Amino acid sequence: MLDKTGFPLEITGEDTPMVSFRKVNKSYGALTVLDDLDLDVAAGEMVSIIGPSGSGKTTVLRMLMTLERINGGVIYVDGKPLTHMPRGGQLVSANERHLRSRRADIGMCFQHFNLFPHMTALENCMEGPVQVLGLPKAEARDRSEELLELVGMIAKKDQHPSRLSGGQQQRVAIARALAMRPKVMLFDEVTSALDPEVIGEVTNVIRQLVSEHNLTMLMVTHQMGFARDISDRVCFFYGGRIEEQGPPTQLFGNPQRERTQQFLSAVREAV
Amino acid sequence: MFDWKWDFTWEILPRLISATGNTLIAAGAGYVIAVVLGLMLALAQRTPSRAVTFTVREFVEFIRSTPLILQIFFVFYVGPQFGIRLSPWMSGMIAIGLHYACYLSEVYRGGIESVPKGQWEAAIALNMTTVQKYRRVIIPQAIPPALAGMGNYLVGIFKDTPMLSVIGVAELIHTANAIGSENYRFLEPYTMVGIIFLAISLPAAGLIRLFEGYVRRKLGL
Amino acid sequence: MGFYDFLIQYWPRLLTGTGVTLAQFLLAAVIGIAISLCMGLMKLSQNALMRGAAVTYIEIFRGTSLVVQLYWIFFVLPLFGLTIEKFTAGYLAVGMNIGAYGAELVRGGILSVPKGQWEAALAINMSPAQRMRRIILPQALVSMLPPWGNLMIELLKGTALVSLISVADLMFEARQINASTFLSAQVFGAALVIYYVLARFLVTPFMRWLERHMARKLGRA
Ligand SMILES: Nc1ncnc2c1ncn2[C@@H]1O[C@H](COP(=O)(O)OP(=O)(O)OP(=O)(O)O)[C@@H](O)[C@H]1O
Ligand SMILES: [Mg+2]
Repeated sequence: MLDKTGFPLEITGEDTPMVSFRKVNKSYGALTVLDDLDLDVAAGEMVSIIGPSGSGKTTVLRMLMTLERINGGVIYVDGKPLTHMPRGGQLVSANERHLRSRRADIGMCFQHFNLFPHMTALENCMEGPVQVLGLPKAEARDRSEELLELVGMIAKKDQHPSRLSGGQQQRVAIARALAMRPKVMLFDEVTSALDPEVIGEVTNVIRQLVSEHNLTMLMVTHQMGFARDISDRVCFFYGGRIEEQGPPTQLFGNPQRERTQQFLSAVREAV
Repeated sequence: MFDWKWDFTWEILPRLISATGNTLIAAGAGYVIAVVLGLMLALAQRTPSRAVTFTVREFVEFIRSTPLILQIFFVFYVGPQFGIRLSPWMSGMIAIGLHYACYLSEVYRGGIESVPKGQWEAAIALNMTTVQKYRRVIIPQAIPPALAGMGNYLVGIFKDTPMLSVIGVAELIHTANAIGSENYRFLEPYTMVGIIFLAISLPAAGLIRLFEGYVRRKLGL
Repeated sequence: MGFYDFLIQYWPRLLTGTGVTLAQFLLAAVIGIAISLCMGLMKLSQNALMRGAAVTYIEIFRGTSLVVQLYWIFFVLPLFGLTIEKFTAGYLAVGMNIGAYGAELVRGGILSVPKGQWEAALAINMSPAQRMRRIILPQALVSMLPPWGNLMIELLKGTALVSLISVADLMFEARQINASTFLSAQVFGAALVIYYVLARFLVTPFMRWLERHMARKLGRA
């Protein structure tokens, strides 16, 4: 069923994408940041987003996390509208209650970790499960410890973030997001604020998630090698649109568009 | 020294000490009101409603720019005009509590604004409700930077309690006035009151600083 | 009696009261600023005796209450043969009290001037007095003016306490009118509004103007 503006109230069928941007627009005042963006991400797919600074990469993730309102279009998660809700056969802007019910499917890791400084690593991970999901403490603790184990931070579980290195904080942040059991994980330049020698600890955790877990992931990154290694698909953003997308071998090995070629050669020169 | 009479000093000391008790109770009760009401005033300024924010902001500004002593008189005398009789203690606590609530609301506001934007976003990413965001993430981080200001105003409220004497609350200055006019001696009572104030507010300021450090460590900041 | 009728009848007294309040405010401000500079500089002095004197002054005046200081100056100093007329005692006490708070602002402002400025002034062979007056103080002034704005509001509110020693300021007139008419809401309400207008539309705009003016003078606008 379509609402009168032509957006489906729900996406159904075999190959329903886990995430679907439909004609999404975003602007800050006169500045258009995203221009009629269409992007589908299949369940279990790992999509990397690359592109020049200011091209709207972060904005895509922030809208999906509902940190930012959109100005036009609809975003669907798991077939159901996220930014809108059905009301009498129409899609209307989502209210806070709807957002809260749909946000549960999404988790996000930030460039600057954003761990809660007044809680230990373990408490950071338990916070969402206990407070938001209402899990019993013991269960939340088990789940959190398991995840801290996964990211290799179990030894530091009782440390506050101020006592952890950037790489360690980012790994805790990943565990914290995973503890909410999201269907979709968002990573926004999670290694950009890290010293070069600890980038590996974080990328290894993400590699492991890709190979062992069936999570849908969207990752903004400036590390082309990493994106090439682990992505199912790479999207090159330019000026608020997807300029080119495809499997990593194709996009990095044989880019079709001139802007992609320019961007990739500029990045290579910088290294 | 000059005309200082020690025996008179000793004689009035018990009365002054019991009045000190009243002063401390007044300061403590006023502070409790201020701490709670101030938080409400601070949070009211963060509601999405522009009208609420504006009204509360202007109210806070008004209270902050007018003398406490006048507010004390206002609360004490205006009630009876409309058939509401408030005891001196009651009026005093309302006036002083409200006055300092406005100051504290600014301290809280500063504290809340000092919490980085990323903390709000992380709380949203964990799908917290507004109440959870404030209670679990924002307020615990807003408190430490607010502690210095909160401590200053605790000492401040203590030093402002003498204004309650004007409506007959038997705190230190009220008692010193009474002693002075009974005995026609003002040197000892007023000097002793000054010393008592110093003896409490100076160590209190130090203790507050220690407490601030303790809370910071406790929260791992 | 309605508020309008009340104003028609009593505005002359409220006006003279306001005049006295403003006079007290200005005189206390002059004293307060002078003491602030003096004590602030002394607290930064190399000389331990000067520092000690400043610390003692600041702690005594910040550690006790303005009401206590006022009573002490008015009732106790005469016992030492130093009789001060009530009008003078009023602004003196308020100014001395504010001076203690201002001293900390002066000290903070001076310390906030980058070390390079001291060194540059030394490098062109200025005398210590020249360095302070020509280079450091102007820059310190700009950085401490915003908190001085708040202090000036505190000063204005502080002047209401001079009514306690019967200086016929706005607060005093309001109490007198209240005592004879029991029109508490009208008279205290009017007084609150007058204090608010003075603070919000006189003192604050002036301080803002001064901030801008000084910043421009230093080429920082
Ligand atoms: N809150 C905001 N207000 C105004 N403009 C904004 C805001 N947030 C982002 N922008 C603008 O939107 C555009 C896209 O920003 P975005 O953060 O998505 O870029 P990005 O691709 O992530 O860049 P980078 O690689 O530098 O992180 C930029 O031009 C940015 O200046
Ligand atoms: Mg970005």
